[in-house]
Amino acid sequence: MSQTYDPTEFMGNADTHSGVTNAKLGVWLFLASEIMLFATLFTSYIVLRMVSTSWPWGWDALNVPLATLNTVILISSSVTIVMAYAKAYDKNKSGFQLWMAATVLLSLGFLVVKAFEYGHEFALGIGPHTSVFYAIYFTMTGLHGIHILGGIAVNGGLLYMSTQKEHWEHPLFLGRVEGAGLYWHFVDIVWIFLFPALYLL
Amino acid sequence: MSHDDHGHGHHELTFWEKYVFSVDHKVIGLQYLITSFIFLLVGFGLMGLMRWQLAFPGTPIPFFGHLFPADLAPNGVMSGEFYNALGAMHGTIMVFLGVVPLAVGAYGNYVLPLQIGAPDMAFPRMNMMSYWTYLPGGILMLSSFLMPGGAAQSGWTSYPPLSIINPGQTMWLLSMVILITSSLLGAINFLVTTINMRAPGMSLWRMPVFCWAQFVTSVLLLLAFPPLEAASVLQLMDRVFHTSFYMPKDLVILGKAYMGSGGGQPLLWQHLFWFLAHPEVYVLVLPPMGIVAEIIANNTRKPLHGYKTLVFSMIAIGVMSFMVWAHHMFISGMSPALGNFFLVTTMIISVPSVAILTCLIFSLKGGSIRYNLPMAYALAFLPLFGIGGLTGLPLGLTVTDIYLHDTYYVIGHFHFVVVTGSIIALMGGTYYWFPKWYGRKMNDTLGWIHFWGTTTSMTGIFLPMLFMGLAGASRRLYDPTAQLHNLPVQGWNVVSTISAYCLGVFQLPFIYNFFNSMWRGEKTPENPWQATTLEWACPSPPPHGNFEKTPVVYRGPYEYSVPGRKTDFWMQTDKN
Amino acid sequence: MGKYGWSLPVAASSYAGNIDFGIWLIHAAMLGIFVLWGAFFIYLLVKYRAKPGVKAVREDHDDTPAHISVPDSISKFPFAQLLYKNKGELKSLIPDMIIMTFEIALIVFYAIPVWSKIKMHVPEDKDAVKVEIVAEQFGWNIHYAGPDGKLGARKIELVHFSNPIGLDRNDPAAADDVVMGNEMRLPVDKTVVIDLVSKDVIHNFFVPEFRIKQDAMPGMKIPMWIKPTKTGKYEIACAQLCGFAHSLMRGDMYVQTQEEFDAWYKSRLATIPASAKPVNAAEEF
Ligand code: HEA
Ligand code: HEA
Ligand code: CUA
Ligand SMILES: [Cu+2]
Repeated sequence: MSQTYDPTEFMGNADTHSGVTNAKLGVWLFLASEIMLFATLFTSYIVLRMVSTSWPWGWDALNVPLATLNTVILISSSVTIVMAYAKAYDKNKSGFQLWMAATVLLSLGFLVVKAFEYGHEFALGIGPHTSVFYAIYFTMTGLHGIHILGGIAVNGGLLYMSTQKEHWEHPLFLGRVEGAGLYWHFVDIVWIFLFPALYLL
Repeated sequence: MSHDDHGHGHHELTFWEKYVFSVDHKVIGLQYLITSFIFLLVGFGLMGLMRWQLAFPGTPIPFFGHLFPADLAPNGVMSGEFYNALGAMHGTIMVFLGVVPLAVGAYGNYVLPLQIGAPDMAFPRMNMMSYWTYLPGGILMLSSFLMPGGAAQSGWTSYPPLSIINPGQTMWLLSMVILITSSLLGAINFLVTTINMRAPGMSLWRMPVFCWAQFVTSVLLLLAFPPLEAASVLQLMDRVFHTSFYMPKDLVILGKAYMGSGGGQPLLWQHLFWFLAHPEVYVLVLPPMGIVAEIIANNTRKPLHGYKTLVFSMIAIGVMSFMVWAHHMFISGMSPALGNFFLVTTMIISVPSVAILTCLIFSLKGGSIRYNLPMAYALAFLPLFGIGGLTGLPLGLTVTDIYLHDTYYVIGHFHFVVVTGSIIALMGGTYYWFPKWYGRKMNDTLGWIHFWGTTTSMTGIFLPMLFMGLAGASRRLYDPTAQLHNLPVQGWNVVSTISAYCLGVFQLPFIYNFFNSMWRGEKTPENPWQATTLEWACPSPPPHGNFEKTPVVYRGPYEYSVPGRKTDFWMQTDKN
Repeated sequence: MGKYGWSLPVAASSYAGNIDFGIWLIHAAMLGIFVLWGAFFIYLLVKYRAKPGVKAVREDHDDTPAHISVPDSISKFPFAQLLYKNKGELKSLIPDMIIMTFEIALIVFYAIPVWSKIKMHVPEDKDAVKVEIVAEQFGWNIHYAGPDGKLGARKIELVHFSNPIGLDRNDPAAADDVVMGNEMRLPVDKTVVIDLVSKDVIHNFFVPEFRIKQDAMPGMKIPMWIKPTKTGKYEIACAQLCGFAHSLMRGDMYVQTQEEFDAWYKSRLATIPASAKPVNAAEEF
């Protein structure tokens, strides 16, 4: 976009600007819509559970240890991305790359564990069609998984960009990292809700 | 880089960058405009086929009848499946591919940044993306007609279990998810732009009503669409992976027991759908209301009556619209006690709407009204939308809705608000902003023909529907004459069909006028309507980056006929 | 104009009157509002058309309320400042207030009471006719509980074209049950208590003359009641899109005198074969 005007660099006007950068505001709004998305799914979960005649206990039907492991992985990945941001903040490139790589690896780890979990259930011939409980379980965790993939793409992208001078030194780079961090925390929080709702209640 | 010198430092763009994959909000706006116009015509075409079947059930469709494959229209006579597909697609296309992209994608995109003095949208590339997700989504939606089994047949509301067992629905759901994504991208962009990109001096209370309308609309889109996305995903699961989110136990479909596990709840879909679709209907009408406000202020040559009342009413509508959804479900089997709650909220939401119309009508008082084309449309909007809105009240009353629900009264109601309301206002907007888009104006004579033809034939289509509804004629009837109580009012169907075809004919002058004026229309000055708002403070069509130098705003949007000035309009940008 | 016309059909149930009252009342009001507004609207359009040399006059609206001074007489009242300075705005809310009071009156004195009468309580009535209506693509099965007032059990595995609702004839309660297809007969002036259910998709039980309309939700049993007040032949229509033959899904509704009805019911009972063998639908596929 070098040869045309790029409003993402348009920092607005002192008296009519909210003070929050466009990118950050955009991310927040995006997260608002995401909240509506998952809130709807949780509402559906509650409704379906209330109308249903038989609802299994999460810990009987699902693999709690693996899910606990995943919870740990995801929470620690939230920590690592904060570290990455801190490093980017004080312009420490190698530090940033280290922590960001850690984040990406952890999220990949999450997916691997999830794959094992799914695989085990499929092996038992259990699938979304089995019952409404498994239907909502596969749908919600699946959708969450897609969000993890998205996160991996973004974080991986930032990792790659940091290797290139013009990106790393771009005035908005820090903001992009921050945006990615916000998103990643959100994905994490969703899981914090999913875990008890599906596995422990 | 500061925003002043944006004009410089960009070289010639290639054709592709300039017209196809452009990131310029004006080009994208026009892309939206033309595309949604075409989808409107498509929706109109589908409806034209339905109208024939409704007026002359069981007779071959003239001209086109034999073009359809035999399973859709055996020897030219429309089949029930085909009728239902047309109905569902008409509704979907008109709402999600026609009016919303036109009102938000086209007018919002083009006019909003200009009116707030911004060089472009906050995220130009995202803006391009939202168009380039909208178009494929639309094409996918249309292509579902070519699928085996045809397009979705369960109404635009796609109530399960019917939508789960009917063909075509999968494509519908997929394209809906794509279209929703596009709208979300747009909504975020609009909000950030309005919040962050306003020119110096353009405080919120100096924004034109149209900008406020777009702002509220974007909030609605942002918060109301994700629930439908989730609901669609669940329905997709039901169809593709045979889950049972919406399928209760022990269904026996055409003599066969349904294979799914059961245990789901069909009402869940209705709640989720209407939680989107009610805010959605206000998405359909708020931007047009904004357009009407702009045009009225401009052509009465005086400030709007109750600018703040208008804005607060729109915000109130926005908030309330999340609390009325179940007035579509009074007799759906949900707890009747809930009915009372939604009865009250529905009556409450009609209050701000009345306030808006009242303000717009009071704005005429004391004015010096110029009767030009845009004004004609804006004025036609008031009483016609009024009819539509008023007919919403008996529907909102639980008791009367027992009888009126799912009759043509409902069809009449919402076509009055959406066609003689939104579409009329949007057409007015085309005449009003055409000079901005192309630096030329549309031909008046053709315009007036279009105006009178359109308004009268629209009334001719939809007024009969109200009478049919009172006589108890149900909607979505492939063959209305199959039910005895419809026979006396069948004549109205003929009236309505003939008017519909007239309406189609009267669009021809408009289409010709539109494209002809693009190149051969009479040239106009920079500010042909002597308007005060910012979009007229830059060349028409505006260059890339819109304003030579960032405009500075000194006053409210509608400072017309200020005493002691020689011109009767005082632009927001003139220092004095 | 016979039973059907260009307007509401004949009112043939106990609460049809209440509904019609509401419909006419609110339409009168709507017409009133529209005509008043319309007249005012036209008046404005004519009076304030552009005339050469005449400038538009601005009312002082509250964009600059600073210069409006509040008369001391009222200034001490709460909100006086706020309200008075915005009186220009508030004027426009007067029509609103009128419409609103009308709506509130409608809600309190009409909508809520009548709604609870029609939809929220099924009248307690020992000798009410008990019926179950089982909707399916594309027809109505009317299942009478018979003199014993008990509905026979239904079993999904018994569903068969000869026994569309899967009625279990071995159940004693089913002994005096009668099942009709697309034909419903009711005694006049007698409360009818209905369970509305659906076998497959959503249908809607609509009898225009009774002003009754209710979705049949699969997986739910929806209680409903009617009290026919006029003998005659009416129409049962399906009012919810339920597939390609939705418009053909109709039935006949006969309201008869008690005697006629009883006689007819006996004749129907007689036609039931002594041992209606339960057929297992599972073999069908
Ligand atoms: C733009 C879209 C739009 C708008 C603005 C509205 C506005 C309203 N709607 Fe409508 N509605 C729809 C679109 C819309 N609706 C659609 C698409 C459906 C059908 C969906 C489907 O089933 O397929 C529907 C269905 C629908 C139903 C469900 C009916 C049923 O299925 O049984 C109900 C019930 O409460 C309802 C109520 C209302 C009310 C109370 C308003 C109020 O907001 C109206 C308030 C406005 C006024 C009260 C007007 C005031 C008038 C004046 C001040 C007079 C002016 C006169 C002159 C100038 C001369 N609508
Ligand atoms: C925004 C929404 C919208 C719009 C604009 C329309 C427009 C029209 N609709 Fe639509 N309709 C619906 C939304 C809409 N409808 C919905 C949601 C349903 C319910 C579906 C369901 O049951 O599930 C429905 C159902 C419906 C039915 C009932 C079908 C049934 O129940 O069986 C009928 C019947 O006549 C009908 C008729 C019409 C007519 C005659 C128009 C006309 O007014 C057409 C107006 C359009 C035009 C006049 C075209 C204008 C074109 C241009 C201006 C473009 C010019 C082009 C260029 C310049 C390039 N509609
Ligand atoms: Cu059954 Cu429509
Ligand atoms: Cu609504």
